[in-house]
Amino acid sequence: MNSLRKADLKALIAAAVLFAIIYGLLQADVIGAFWELNLVLIGINIILATSLNMINGYTGQFSIGHAGFLAVGAYVGAIMTVKLGFNMVAALLAGTAAAGLLGFLVGLPTLRLNGDYLAIATLGLGEIIRICILNIDYVGGAAGLMGIPRLTSFPLVFWIMVAILFFIKNFKNSAHGRACLAIRENEIAADTMGIDTTKYKVMAFTLGAAFAGTAGVLFSHYFFIAHPASFTFMRSFDILTMVVLGGLGSMTGSVMGAVVLTFISAALADFPQWRMIIYSLTMIILMLYRPQGLFGSKELSLQMFQSLKIGGKKK
Amino acid sequence: MTRKFKTLSVLAAGLTLALALGGCGGGSKSGGGDTVKLGGNLEMTGGSASYGISSKNAIELAIKQLNEKGGVNGKKLSLVVADNKSEATEATNAMQKLITQDKVAGVIGPNLSSAVIASTVVSGGAKTADIAPMATNPKVTVDDAGKVKPYNFRACFIDPFQGTVMARFALDTLHVKKAAIMIDNSSDYSKGLAQFFKEQFTKGGGTVVGEEVYLQKDTDFKATLTKLKSAGPDFLYIPGYYQEVGMIVKQAKELGLNVAMAGGDGWDSAKLAEIALPENLNNCYFSSLYSPDDDSALNKEFVAAYEKEYKAKPDVFAALSYDSTLLFAKAMEAAKSTDPEKIAAALETLDGFVGVSGPVKFDKFHNPIKAAVIIELKNGKQTFRTKVNP
Amino acid sequence: MDSGFMHQFVQQLINGVSLGSIYALIALGYTMIYGILKLINFAHGDVYMLGAYIGFFCTSMLKLSFLPSILVAMAGTALAGMIIERVAYRPMRNAPRIAILITAIGVSFFLENAMILFASPQPRTFPAVFTATVYHFGALVINSQQIVILVSAIVLMIALTYIVNYTKIGKAMRAVSFDADAARLMGINIDFVISMTFALGSALAGAGGVLVGIYYNSIEPLMGMVPGIKAFVAAVLGGIGIIPGAMMGGIILGVVEALVSGFLSSTFRDAAAFAILIIILLYKPQGLLGKNVREKV
Repeated sequence: MNSLRKADLKALIAAAVLFAIIYGLLQADVIGAFWELNLVLIGINIILATSLNMINGYTGQFSIGHAGFLAVGAYVGAIMTVKLGFNMVAALLAGTAAAGLLGFLVGLPTLRLNGDYLAIATLGLGEIIRICILNIDYVGGAAGLMGIPRLTSFPLVFWIMVAILFFIKNFKNSAHGRACLAIRENEIAADTMGIDTTKYKVMAFTLGAAFAGTAGVLFSHYFFIAHPASFTFMRSFDILTMVVLGGLGSMTGSVMGAVVLTFISAALADFPQWRMIIYSLTMIILMLYRPQGLFGSKELSLQMFQSLKIGGKKK
Repeated sequence: MTRKFKTLSVLAAGLTLALALGGCGGGSKSGGGDTVKLGGNLEMTGGSASYGISSKNAIELAIKQLNEKGGVNGKKLSLVVADNKSEATEATNAMQKLITQDKVAGVIGPNLSSAVIASTVVSGGAKTADIAPMATNPKVTVDDAGKVKPYNFRACFIDPFQGTVMARFALDTLHVKKAAIMIDNSSDYSKGLAQFFKEQFTKGGGTVVGEEVYLQKDTDFKATLTKLKSAGPDFLYIPGYYQEVGMIVKQAKELGLNVAMAGGDGWDSAKLAEIALPENLNNCYFSSLYSPDDDSALNKEFVAAYEKEYKAKPDVFAALSYDSTLLFAKAMEAAKSTDPEKIAAALETLDGFVGVSGPVKFDKFHNPIKAAVIIELKNGKQTFRTKVNP
Repeated sequence: MDSGFMHQFVQQLINGVSLGSIYALIALGYTMIYGILKLINFAHGDVYMLGAYIGFFCTSMLKLSFLPSILVAMAGTALAGMIIERVAYRPMRNAPRIAILITAIGVSFFLENAMILFASPQPRTFPAVFTATVYHFGALVINSQQIVILVSAIVLMIALTYIVNYTKIGKAMRAVSFDADAARLMGINIDFVISMTFALGSALAGAGGVLVGIYYNSIEPLMGMVPGIKAFVAAVLGGIGIIPGAMMGGIILGVVEALVSGFLSSTFRDAAAFAILIIILLYKPQGLLGKNVREKV
């Protein structure tokens, strides 16, 4: 237990150092506004990818409707600040809670499904959320909700991201997290072992949705607008690509996936027609030749962590 | 676990440095020199990619022609395009890139109102002028408090004007009383037109007997049209884009809904007649601000050059993007500078500019004062019907 | 008022059946492929788009008439289906389901964006290869193209049922679907059977693409996205893997959409389709025509 806390402390220091470097570069104007924007985007995408990884990677439930929860967070957060005049903290809490609540309500019935069916159902749910938003004039309908103040800053995104990463890491190592992993490996066996599979599936789904909501609040308060077109199936697919690229079930993998893909997307801004083709080909080729993703498959990554831990202890 | 975090931190830090260096590299090569960069924040991919591509073609044509004549203030122009993926948040991203990375003198685009509204915060903050060729929503140049955004302009008229013009035309010229409206629910342009049409139409003594919505990329409208038909309208207002409008008109006629139909400038495309079939396009009207058949010498020259270059007739997006480029050139000449802030100031007071879509002068809300034309479709052919002054 | 309502109701049924027969055309191929591979071929809707483009190319560039065009389109999409299966799905046959689904989504996005790159995102219009005659029955309206699509869907469904139930390849398909390993032991060339299934399913989608292209008179690279998902809903509704089920699911979905647009609001049409999907999945996941099968441990 003690060593674990020590480990956490080290990671926290590493995060602080990383933050200091980037923040220093930002303050010294070495990083321009464009890359600052992309750094914020990377932070938001890391939250999205790691939260989806909780559902798809840890628990083995295949959700492709993550953009719907992102949208809920973005809109609820914006309503809090724009319409009701609350501050950013309240917006973050409300957006997270709303997306989490929706995730809970939606997860309870749909998580009885498995595999492909769950994928299609979540795709449908994501679309239903978007269609509903499109029809609510209170939040601007198709025009989107405008006039959102920029309350998101790089430090805010960075530290929220770090907090969520710590939460997810600890969740995975907790009894709850291990129950989720057991469900992923073999649901029926997990059930036989006395794990309440529904409870843990819904728990992972709710938490994942809630964090997507947090990301949504940060997102809409950085880009001034919450617009239904930003939350289509394409966005869900983007997030999924990040998780898969990094390796399903690997949190660091999701982080790398988010960083790499956000960076590629920004770098390919000058070749717009090729961007989506490269994206889709990457996806196919990756699945064909390295379906475990950059950071290793489930089995491999477990071994990898183990060897890392042993290495750490020796040190 | 720590190791994971450490590796990650190191990797991320390395990548960040790479990004930062990349950023520097991009920044240092721009500025000065004898070319002036214009930015195009355009819809190159996504649902509205055809607008962005038209715009890009026309801007490139305008720049080529200007450079052949020796450029502006002795400097050559060049275009840097950033893709906004037809999306509001990406438009902000693209605007940021054009201004801070490419250090452009001014930006043309986006065409979608929502994308412009989101990105004006960036262009305004960076004090760089932006002309949106086809963004017709009032809020493109005016903020929520009703104050004009000093660096944002547009080359087209605004939604209220277009909706109002068609309502007046329907009441006074077509003498219809019962209108049905089909709104593209995924477009604020369509919603805006419908709203102002409805206001003016009911104010003038007409009634709106049915109002239905559809979404972009829908293909089957028969159910909705059957519902509208049962309300017995004598006029159908469809302020949408040609792809869906074509199918709506065709399917309405197939269902025997033989009433006058009308829409806005979204109808303006040769594709409309191909999709709806020419025989269905009779007693149909739309308001627009540009017609490739306009017989001014300037326009004829533009249409010929565009056809030679791209083997297609320019649409309204092309025409207004062409005008936007010329507006920037003119403003640079007037300001005798390529400083973004001075260009913006010059645009504000610009006078005597004539483009392919007619004369342009900005009012105090940065909206050009220009006339609307009502175009009648006869067997699918566009014929000029009347001109409505503001 | 009452007769007005009845009249509108019947007209909406006609609208719904004609829309539903389009979903059914695509759903037939979907259901076949799923039946054998247990794979949601996300790219199926895009194969349908490809068929529409091949048909467009034949009629407008090569000036072929309707029948040769649709045959070329079917051959082209059959080939495309086989290539997709060979390149993207075959190496994945023993991979986890999630990996295959991701590959399928990747193939779908690749087809859409490659078509945008090569054919531009602009919509294209079909030349009039056969004219639509409009028939009036009292105040009811029906169009000859709607009848052609419905009849094609029914004919193809019957042909498909015949192939699957009474031919040698059909028998092999059912064997592979039931137990692929056992089928291999019995000397069935599984790769060939799966390849043929893809060819057949994709050819159906190609035919659907051409018919729909002519019917709506407009095709574009993203045209397969929404119908593809709706067709999947239709296939699940009828019972995935069951050929008449796909037909029935398609028609029911079309009618529900027409009635929702006609009597509630068209805004909720797509939401209704997805809601049906979720309800069916929750309460009768084997579909309307499906048998209740316990999942084996």
